[in-house]
Amino acid sequence: MNPTHPDHLTTPAIEATGLRKAYGDKLVLDGIDLRVPRGTVFSLLGPNGAGKTTTVQILSTLIRADAGTARVTGHDLAADPRSVRAAIGVTGQFSAVDNLITGEENMALMADLHHLDRAEGRRVIAGLLERFDLVDAAGKPASSYSGGMRRRLDIAMTLIGSPEVIFLDEPTTGLDPRSRHAVWQIVRELVADGVTVFLTTQYLEEADQLADRIAVLNGGRIVAEGTPDELKRLVPGGHVRLRFLDPAELARAAQVLGVGQRDDEALTLQVPGDGSVHTLRALLDALDNASVSVDSLTVHTPDLDDVFFAVTGRPEHEKVRTR
Amino acid sequence: MTTTAVPDLHLRDSRTMLRRNLLHARRYPSMTLQVALIPVFLLLLFVYVFGSALGAGIGQGGDRTAYLAYLVPGILLMTAGAGSIPTAVAVCTDMTEGIVARFRTMAISRASILVGHVVGSVIQTVVNLVLVTAVALAIGFRPNANPLEWLAACGLLLLFVLGLTWLAVALGLISKTPEGASNAPLPISFLLPFVSSTFVPVDSMPSWIRWFAEYQPFTAVIETVRGLLTGTGIGHNGWLAVAWSLAIVILGFVWSLRLFDRDTH
Repeated sequence: MNPTHPDHLTTPAIEATGLRKAYGDKLVLDGIDLRVPRGTVFSLLGPNGAGKTTTVQILSTLIRADAGTARVTGHDLAADPRSVRAAIGVTGQFSAVDNLITGEENMALMADLHHLDRAEGRRVIAGLLERFDLVDAAGKPASSYSGGMRRRLDIAMTLIGSPEVIFLDEPTTGLDPRSRHAVWQIVRELVADGVTVFLTTQYLEEADQLADRIAVLNGGRIVAEGTPDELKRLVPGGHVRLRFLDPAELARAAQVLGVGQRDDEALTLQVPGDGSVHTLRALLDALDNASVSVDSLTVHTPDLDDVFFAVTGRPEHEKVRTR
Repeated sequence: MTTTAVPDLHLRDSRTMLRRNLLHARRYPSMTLQVALIPVFLLLLFVYVFGSALGAGIGQGGDRTAYLAYLVPGILLMTAGAGSIPTAVAVCTDMTEGIVARFRTMAISRASILVGHVVGSVIQTVVNLVLVTAVALAIGFRPNANPLEWLAACGLLLLFVLGLTWLAVALGLISKTPEGASNAPLPISFLLPFVSSTFVPVDSMPSWIRWFAEYQPFTAVIETVRGLLTGTGIGHNGWLAVAWSLAIVILGFVWSLRLFDRDTH
C-alpha cells in the first residue's frame, strides 16, 4: 500500500506465530508458524481436512484465530484488518463470482469497489479480460462459464485492486489439465510482477512446480517445511546411478567407492546419495583420482510423494491424490 | 484509495452494492414480478368473486365498490409482506455463494453489502406497491385522501416496508439454503397479512384470535392507511402503527448486523 515505507521490502509478506483455531472441540490448527518473504510463492500442502482453508481464512481476515498473531505486509491481522484487506486479494476454494451477472459486470463491480475511476476501471478490465482469455465470454452470465473460465474470472477479479499478496485456496482443484496449466502460468506471471502468492494445494506436483517454499500441513500442524529440493532430501532413497562402458571400469569403480549396488549385466553402479552438487563432486573426484572413466550419470531424487508419505507417516489410507 | 473519507466510503460502496442488486432484479425479474402478481390476483379474486358477499358482510354500504375500498389497504400491506421473500432468498443466495466471502476480504464498507440489499428491496417493493395501487385505481378504487394524508400513508408504508425488509435480511442470514430462505418469511408474507383486518374486520373474528389480530402490526398499519386513504376511523392504530414499524426496523436492523458479524472481524 505504501511503497515509500522504509520497511516495505524487508518486512515479510506474511508472518504468523502460533496460530490456533478450534471449532467446538475439534482442533483445526494446532499452533502453526509461517514466514513468507515478498515476491515468492509459498505453498501450503496437505490433504483434505488438514487445515489449509482455515489458515487462508484466518490470514485473509475472514475468521479470527483463537490464539497466535499474524502480520500481512506488516499489518497486524487483529489490530488493523482493514490495511490487511487493502493489501491482499483472495481467490477462495469455492468460486467467488456473482453468477447472476456477466463476467464483465463482475469485473466492473470489483473496479467500483476498488474506487477506480471510470476510465481507469475500463482500461484495467479490458487488459485483464484479454490476459485471461475472457474477451469472448465477457458479455455472458458467469453462471454459463466452465470451471476453468470461472476460475480465471475469479483470479482476474482478485487482481483488479493490484494486491501485493494473493491467496489462492486450491486454485486448480476440479480443473482439467489444460485449465490447470493456465492457472500455473498465471501464478508464474504474478510472481514475475513481484506479487507474493500464498497457495494451498493437495497436489504435490503443483507445489513442486510453483512454490519457492512448501510447508506440509497435516492434522493442523506443519510437519515439514523447506524448498521442494530440501524436502525431497528429507527422505532416504536418493541415489546416483553410474554407467560404464566395460566391466573392468565397473569393477574398479566399485573397488574405489566401496559402496553401492553393482549390476554387471547393465554395467551400472548405484551409489546412495542426495544428488547435491557437493556430494556429486566428491563422488566424481574420487573416480577421477582413480582414473575410472564413467560413461553417464543420472541422479534420482525422491519425489514429493515420498516426502509426503514420510512426513505424514500414513502411506496406506492416504487421501492425497497425485496426478 | 486510502484517503477516501469514511462516510464517503459507505455511501460509495452502498451505491455500488445497490447497483448490483438492481442489476440482479432487472436480469431476473420473474421472482419480483411474481411477488407483485399474487396481491393483484387476490385483489381481483376478492373484489369480483367474493366482493358482493363480503361487501354485505362488512356492513358499510354493502356493495362491491365499498368492499374494494375496504380491501385495498390490506392488499398493499400484503404486497409489502410478500416483498420479504425475494429479499430473504437474495441475501441467503449471496451468503451461500463465495461472493460475500470475497467482499469480506476487501477493504470496503461492510455495511454496504446489507445496505445494498435493503435499499434495492425497498425500491422493488415500492415499485410493486405503485403497480398494485394502479390496478386498484383502474378497477374503481377512489380514495378521498388530501395530499397530506397521502403523504402520511406513503411515509408509514415506507417505514413499515423498511422494517419488513431488514427483518427479511435477517431471515435470509439465518437460513442455510435459498429454499429455506423462501419459506422463512412465511409469517410476514402470509400469516400476519391474513390474520389481520385485510379481508374482514377483526370484530367479526372469533374471540380467541381477535385479540391477536387486533393488535398485531399488520392490522395497526392497515387500519391507519385505510383511515388516511378512505376516511375510516384510525383511533389508537395511528401511534400503534408507527410504534410497531419503528420496533420492527430496529429489531430487523440489529438482528441482521449481529448475524452478519458472526465470527468475523
